Amino acid sequence: MEFFVFVCSASMILVGAVGVIVRKHPVHAALSLVLTLFGVAVLFVAQEAHFLAAVQVIVYAGAIVVLFLFVIMLLGVDRVENLRTEPLSGQRPLAVLASLGLVAVLITAILRGNQIFNERGTGLNLPDSQNGPDANTVQLAESIFSQYVVAFEVTSVLLVIAVVGTVLLTRRTRAATE
Amino acid sequence: MTAFSLEPTTSWYLVLSAILFGIGTLGVLVRRNPLVMFMCIELMLNAVNLSFVALARELNDINGQTIVFFVMVVAAAEVVVGLGIIVSIMRSRSTLTADDLAGLKG
Repeated sequence: MEFFVFVCSASMILVGAVGVIVRKHPVHAALSLVLTLFGVAVLFVAQEAHFLAAVQVIVYAGAIVVLFLFVIMLLGVDRVENLRTEPLSGQRPLAVLASLGLVAVLITAILRGNQIFNERGTGLNLPDSQNGPDANTVQLAESIFSQYVVAFEVTSVLLVIAVVGTVLLTRRTRAATE
Repeated sequence: MTAFSLEPTTSWYLVLSAILFGIGTLGVLVRRNPLVMFMCIELMLNAVNLSFVALARELNDINGQTIVFFVMVVAAAEVVVGLGIIVSIMRSRSTLTADDLAGLKG
C-alpha cells in the first residue's frame, strides 16, 4: 500500500519538478510547482507528519503559489520565454553535469550512510485509540512551544520584518511619482 | 544482502529528495527568469523538508518535523521579500531576465 502511495506521489513530484524547469510559460511553471507541492504533502501524510501536510497545502500550495501567480500577473511577464537560445554558450551542459554530479554525490552518501541511523529519539506519537486523532499535532505543538519557544518568537519577528521590508521596497515614494 | 522488498524505506525517500534537489539546482542554473528561479529554490527547500520528515520517522524524533515547520515559515518570508525586490526592479524595466540585473554592479 505504501509502495503504491510512494510511486504515485513520487511521479507527481518528479513530473511537476521537471515541468517547473522546462515549461516556457511562467504560469505553467507555477502550476507544475503546485503538482510537486501536493506530491510532497502526500508523502508527509505517508510519513505520519499530518500537521505538516496540512501546512504544506495551505501555506505552499495555497499562499506561496498564489503569490507567485499574483506577481506574474501584476508585472505582466506572462510571456513565453525563449528556451531555445542559450544565453551563455556551454552553460547548459555544464549545469546538467553539475546537477548530475550533485545528485550522484548525495545518493552515494545516502546509500553509504544508512547503516549509521542508530540513535533513536523519544518516539513519534501516532494517531490511535490511545493518543487520539491529533497525536501528531499535539506532539509537534509540545515541541515548538516548550523546547523551541524562543525560536518560534524570533520567527514572528522575522515575519514582521519581512512584511515591513517588502512594503518599504515596493512603495512608491512621493518624489518618484511626481 | 536482504531480499528486495517493495516496502518503501527511508532511503527511498532520501533518494527522491536528492533527485528533487538536483532538479531544483538545475533549474536555478539554467532558467533566466527570476520568478522561475525562485520556484526552483522552493523545489530545493521542499526536497530538504522531505528528507527531514523521512529522517524524523526513521529516527523516531519529532524535532525533524519541528525544523520543517520553521523552514516553511522562513521560506514564506523569503518569497515575500524576493518577490518585493523583483516588483521594485520591474518598475524601471520591461523585460524580466536575470541577466538584466548585471546593471546593479558598480
